[in-house]
Amino acid sequence: MIDVIDYRAGNAPSVLYALEHLGLSARVVSKPEEVAAATRIVLPGVGSAGATMASLEELSLVDALRARVLDDHVPFLGICIGLQVLFEHSEEGDVPTLGWLPGTVRRFPSTQRVPQIGWNGVRARRPHPLWNGLPETAHCYFVNSYYAVPADDTDTLGVTEYGVEFTSMVAHDNIAATQFHAEKSGRLGLTILRNFASWDGAPC
Amino acid sequence: MLTKRVVACFDVIAGRVTKAQQFQDNIDVAPAAELAQRLYADQIDEIVFYDITASAERRRIDLDTVRDVARHVFVPFTVGGGIRSIDDMYDVLKAGAEKISVDSMAVRDPDIIRQGAEAFGRQCIVLSTQVKHVGITDAIPSGYEVFIDGARRATGLDAIEWVRRGEELGAGEICVNSIDRDGTHSGYDLDVTAAVADAVNVPVIASGGAGTVEHIADGLSAGGASAAIISSILYSPRLERNLGVREIKDGLVARGVPVRPWIDDRDVAAAARP
Repeated sequence: MIDVIDYRAGNAPSVLYALEHLGLSARVVSKPEEVAAATRIVLPGVGSAGATMASLEELSLVDALRARVLDDHVPFLGICIGLQVLFEHSEEGDVPTLGWLPGTVRRFPSTQRVPQIGWNGVRARRPHPLWNGLPETAHCYFVNSYYAVPADDTDTLGVTEYGVEFTSMVAHDNIAATQFHAEKSGRLGLTILRNFASWDGAPC
Repeated sequence: MLTKRVVACFDVIAGRVTKAQQFQDNIDVAPAAELAQRLYADQIDEIVFYDITASAERRRIDLDTVRDVARHVFVPFTVGGGIRSIDDMYDVLKAGAEKISVDSMAVRDPDIIRQGAEAFGRQCIVLSTQVKHVGITDAIPSGYEVFIDGARRATGLDAIEWVRRGEELGAGEICVNSIDRDGTHSGYDLDVTAAVADAVNVPVIASGGAGTVEHIADGLSAGGASAAIISSILYSPRLERNLGVREIKDGLVARGVPVRPWIDDRDVAAAARP
């Protein structure tokens, strides 16, 4: 069972539809006791880092997620804002975020049209179970004005160019995340979701 | 490198895609969910769905059809028509859409752009605008005026001033629909598209008039657009021949336009199976 975290600013339905299409058992959850029992968690996201953090706090999900992901090591996948909030701080609204991984979130340079909207190439830097069966560079669908800058370079699994080279995929122990919308990235995105569903969350 | 998007547009009446010419004479094409699935399988980059009679009939958007499309289409999906409030937007997002397109309603109440961007993020809000060439006057310095209600009502707003204001209020994308070119298959209005692309820093979508691959390439290069909306070329019974997405993309690549590469079965063949 995959538990997809639902909060008002998220896009849980799209993720749920994608998982159902793959024949995977999934449901949306929004209560701390549900998170405490989860065995596989997806944190989707659209909107802003500040609004996401406010929603997670309002639903009392911050501590529950931390316990289940950092202490109990269940496989975790963050999507879009769900990647950005893993780090310590976001320039967007100048807000503190979850801080599970060292690093910050910055805005794209003003030389680019912002938000970045569209299909851009993701290049995997190293092998990872989430990348099974994918080409070296896969085009995925992005919608973002901000991007993560991990303090620890080994947390970067995939990179993409948009005025700067930025971290578009993150992997650290049982935590993985995509800046792009895997659930809206066609067959390649669905492959990543399928890979996540069979990943044991072991560090690699 | 960020690629240019080819976006299929559906004008939907009662769950079925229809095709109009200059906002009139709609003819029936296919059920929306069926056509969406076919185009998804054909690797379209994005789908936009307008519930075109919701606004005029003063009714809520057709959420069942939105849901039907969203369940089977795993590329981005924008919904517009009949959006009057933040609650309407939330309903559409909950039904599985990624983005909300606002048009006539945003002219009547521009604050809905700000409210939507605040609640769901600016990437969620597409400002779609119907523009018509009226000639340069003091009131319309760009020569293009904004129209609403299916191109039936002039607003007195200058197109360039309006899209700038929309960006300031929080629109994450601007879609420029040329009333003059709509359904004519004679190409996008490149002048107004390029003027809008120069005026704002968010992505711009060209719409209205694409009849050939050349037109799409022009919109994405000379027009300065990040995405091109097409409909007739894909499925209009009025055209002698429709083109598939792959044919269109091959044509764009041949003209130097970067697009999302075609995915062959072998590209994902080795993927883990449950």
